[in-house]
Amino acid sequence: MVRSTVLDNGLKVLVQEEHTAPLASVWCWYKVGSKDERPGLTGVSHWVEHMNFKGTTNIPRDQVKGIIEQFGGSWNGYTWIDETTYFETATRDALDRMLFIESERMGSCLYHPDDCESERTVIISELQGGENDPDQLLDQELTATAFKAHPYRHPTIGWLPDLQTMTRDDLYGYYRRHYVPNNATLVIVGDVDTDEALRRVDRYFGAITPGDPPARIRTVEPEQTGERRLAIRKEGTTAYLKVGYHAPSATDPLFAPLLILDAVLTGAKGVNLWSSFRVPPPQRSARLYRVLVEKGLASAISGSLMPTAEPFLYTLSATATDGTALDAVGTALLDEIDRVRRNGITDAELAKAKAQLRARLVFDNDSVTNIAHQLGYFATVASVDLFAILPARIAAVTVDDAAAVADAVFLPSNRTVGWFEPLPVGNGSLK
Amino acid sequence: MPPRVESSHLRVGLAPIRTTLDNGAVVLAKSTSTTPAVAISLAMRAGSAMDPDDAPGTTWLLSRLIDRGTTSRPAAVIAEELDSRGISLTVTVTRHSFTIVCTCLSEDFEPVIALLGDMLMAPSLAEEEIATRKGEVITAIRQDDDNPAVRAMETLMAHLYPGGHPYGRRTKGSIDIVESLTRADLARQHAARFAPAALTAVLVGDVDPARATDVAAGVFGHWRTVALPRPLLPPVVPATRRQRIVIPMMNKAQADIAYGFTAIARRDPAYYAFWLMNNVFGQYAIGGRLGDSIRERQGMAYYVSSSLDANIAEGPLSIRAGVGPGNVDRAIASIDEEIASVVRDGITQKELDDSRRYLIGSIPRALETNAAIANFLQTEEVFSLGLDYDARLPDLLTAVTLDEVNAAARRVLDPGRATVVVAGPYEA
Repeated sequence: MVRSTVLDNGLKVLVQEEHTAPLASVWCWYKVGSKDERPGLTGVSHWVEHMNFKGTTNIPRDQVKGIIEQFGGSWNGYTWIDETTYFETATRDALDRMLFIESERMGSCLYHPDDCESERTVIISELQGGENDPDQLLDQELTATAFKAHPYRHPTIGWLPDLQTMTRDDLYGYYRRHYVPNNATLVIVGDVDTDEALRRVDRYFGAITPGDPPARIRTVEPEQTGERRLAIRKEGTTAYLKVGYHAPSATDPLFAPLLILDAVLTGAKGVNLWSSFRVPPPQRSARLYRVLVEKGLASAISGSLMPTAEPFLYTLSATATDGTALDAVGTALLDEIDRVRRNGITDAELAKAKAQLRARLVFDNDSVTNIAHQLGYFATVASVDLFAILPARIAAVTVDDAAAVADAVFLPSNRTVGWFEPLPVGNGSLK
Repeated sequence: MPPRVESSHLRVGLAPIRTTLDNGAVVLAKSTSTTPAVAISLAMRAGSAMDPDDAPGTTWLLSRLIDRGTTSRPAAVIAEELDSRGISLTVTVTRHSFTIVCTCLSEDFEPVIALLGDMLMAPSLAEEEIATRKGEVITAIRQDDDNPAVRAMETLMAHLYPGGHPYGRRTKGSIDIVESLTRADLARQHAARFAPAALTAVLVGDVDPARATDVAAGVFGHWRTVALPRPLLPPVVPATRRQRIVIPMMNKAQADIAYGFTAIARRDPAYYAFWLMNNVFGQYAIGGRLGDSIRERQGMAYYVSSSLDANIAEGPLSIRAGVGPGNVDRAIASIDEEIASVVRDGITQKELDDSRRYLIGSIPRALETNAAIANFLQTEEVFSLGLDYDARLPDLLTAVTLDEVNAAARRVLDPGRATVVVAGPYEA
């Protein structure tokens, strides 16, 4: 049972007691992600996230590590298109320290110029590590092609020239604008007493002054009017294909039917960005698996539909088997998508997709960390209420609903197709 | 003969029920109530170290086929049985284990373990499936060939464990070998290594342990095959000089460094001292001392850490970092310096205390989910650590002294004997 409250300064607080292990997980979520970045400052949300681990007024730089570790805890954070979040999970007696850290992070981070410079190279290293992976590179370019106007088009890590030129003042100004209590949600899940936890939250966060609501970029992506294609030709060993369709946001009634379609095409993943990808989906009988993998055209096929604040993408990704032409993979994939669009799905497929999603939603919530993640994620991109009613929305989907969303989303004019075509490796000395 | 049952239920801790069936199969069952689900982990002591010497990769290909049909269930039926319940299998091959893991809803436990048992005991290894899975494995090998992190680590292992030592081989094998494997090769490997005495079935979740054990006994109790004796591992010979290997991959943006030594076996009495030493050196918070230097102070790498893989034989202690091509030499020099500092000056009592407190405190978190508990119990079984290992672990870590930790560092760490591999846009 989730207790929800809002402090006078606008901070939303969610507490859920879970007494299965002597642990507590605290997450602090901010409604700021790469969609809030203007040209020239791409990557600033993520870089700010890195800076917010580097000491505060009351946590000296050299004492950041150790506070949570002394309770056997783990901590981390991530940034994506709609959100930036930080968490600690540790034994329950660390609750006070976890709240202290998050309150400090909200209002008192230091942004020492030397730390900003040192982190610039760390982030560029992170970007380059991602570029080493052709699949990730293709994903980045596909997204940039699919969106013409909306800031979802640029990668969360940012473009390299922006990372090379951003200043300490850019970072600090962005931090001050977005890290205010009225732009945040604090989530506590674990072996805690709700009333006591709320008292402690008030003690650490109650005095933080609210800020002006951050200005938002209001760009709406115009409707796509024709298929877009891109090809990356680069040294490599393996060919990849991606197809991205503009997709409904988390709150759109079409979202649940599209989750069903994804399960039918590639197997259900659940809706936990933090943990779903760690376990492969049940997909042996999924349509695209049978058409591509079982036929030997691809060694892997996956689909990705994440709950987002604004319409993002439904992306299908295939890895061509060694020696298979991407054209053959693309034709088989698009033919199957077209078949779904023309004929819809069967009652049996609908029933199986629902069973898969029901199981995956259970598996999504197997730890205090994962439960807290889901509450905070949905509170940030949509609402906790949506998280609560999502199983019912999935259960209510009919074959007609699935057919309608297939008809609306799987239009050729709504898609972007990307190829990664490997060129022979010149210097890799492969055996 | 009735099953032999052991229990640690009088002690605090996980207290699993351990049962040895009369055919030698071991069943470990543990009840939890976090979610209405059960984690099933079936591990055979049949990892890549038992591949035929002339055919590394045999076990890996077998792992891609194990769930693709049995003598009584076609692949399509298995796919439907799994998918209709929202279940996906993870089949892993390590040096010494072949493991099938999945999580299912509690209501599906009985049919699912029956299905998994059928896969392990009676795979059909159909020719058409072999052809398809070979294509997937070859593609995966080609992807590895294009991945600097994988190539750096595989090359490090090949040089730390030379001369055909099983730890030095690629688990997936090579394209030539995969192409040459036949159904008879795979069936021979299965017959030689898959047997009840090599099986540990771990069942953790929302199910009564006694019932779970009975169900597992019903699935595996009639299995009567006998595995061949396990081959002896060749001795591990520590390096006597420094080696540096560069794999130029000029199409890449970042270089990956793999730097390491042969270290210790898991049964070595110094294991806990090594564990703590490694935590201080390359794990604590963001990468221990290595992370403080290379990431936090010098800003050179997004990731840098060390890991200790103590195994049946002496596994490696390896350090890995991803850096821009202009920082490769400086990063390697920094690793050298940090090693020299640990060996020369030792770690401090405070560092040891901090790591110890962290590792002991992390035990509840490490044992929170059904899947994590199942994995822990498999490790407990492989290394004969005892049913009360989780309860004894804090004492085992507490007993380690600073002298023992510093002796562990001196025993293995030495820049003059390091094997250093760089893969990426870098040329020596």
